[in-house]
Amino acid sequence: MLEIGLGHYLTVAAILFTLGVFGIFVNRKNVIVIMMSIELMLLAVNINLVAFSAYLQDMVGQVFALFVLTVAAGEAAIGLAILVVYFRNRGSIAVEDIKAMKG
Amino acid sequence: MIIASLAFYLFAIMTVGSALMVIVARNPVHSVLFLILAFFSSAGLFVLLGAEFLAMILVIVYVGAVAVLFMFVVMMLDINFVELRQGFLEYMPIGALVAVILLVEIAMVAAAWHFAPEAPEAMAAPLATLGAGHNTEALGNLIYTKYLYLFQGAGVVLLIAMIGAIVLTHRRRPGVKRQDISEQVSRRRDQAVEMKRVEPGQGV
Repeated sequence: MLEIGLGHYLTVAAILFTLGVFGIFVNRKNVIVIMMSIELMLLAVNINLVAFSAYLQDMVGQVFALFVLTVAAGEAAIGLAILVVYFRNRGSIAVEDIKAMKG
Repeated sequence: MIIASLAFYLFAIMTVGSALMVIVARNPVHSVLFLILAFFSSAGLFVLLGAEFLAMILVIVYVGAVAVLFMFVVMMLDINFVELRQGFLEYMPIGALVAVILLVEIAMVAAAWHFAPEAPEAMAAPLATLGAGHNTEALGNLIYTKYLYLFQGAGVVLLIAMIGAIVLTHRRRPGVKRQDISEQVSRRRDQAVEMKRVEPGQGV
């Protein structure tokens, strides 16, 4: 129990990822919280990558985590920009209203 | 050893607990603050794993940039968040079901998982770059040599994200006076000055 191994980190990451998925399902109407849940999922993936990198003594996992971090930052910026533009046009951010492009 | 274990449990519980609070908090501002706490705690986990550089990057990029961006947007948009909360309990059962199924699946994968046959050898013989001092140095040795093009590609991704965000949110407001150089330069005397004949004793 006191010996911290790879499994402990993988457990934390799995719980974090599951919480992210849960957050997307529960906050169906609030895009901002959905995006925060996506950030949590990406964080869980990063924890997995870094844990494997540390336990396999292979730095490539950390390089990959760095790239995931980059993409997450870009995704947050673009997503929030789209959200701001949408709010300016429609005056709401409810997900159910976003069906104007639905065929 | 016991201090490291206790630190792990502290950071792990903080990460999971604040992630849960991100989802269930009523006020999105609180959600963002708990998100920041989750990022801080997972930075602690990264330090425990020996990835100091990524931990600091996590604090700088996520806490310093992404979370603050979220905070800006949450506070800037004037949204009725109580309305958005409706349906929380309605979606709770299916969300919990999906989450439990996912967790069970991950647990099953974890139970049936084992190291590749060649992995113990790789663990026994660490990369030369890893032994070359600090974590930051090792990462830099790898990023700037073997993964140089991918690193530049990551920079391009960030640049495109920046340009995209600016283009999306930029707008030209009507009614705001701006300097127009070409209009200023091309202005002629007859557009600017008008001769008035003032009669004596009447004024303009």
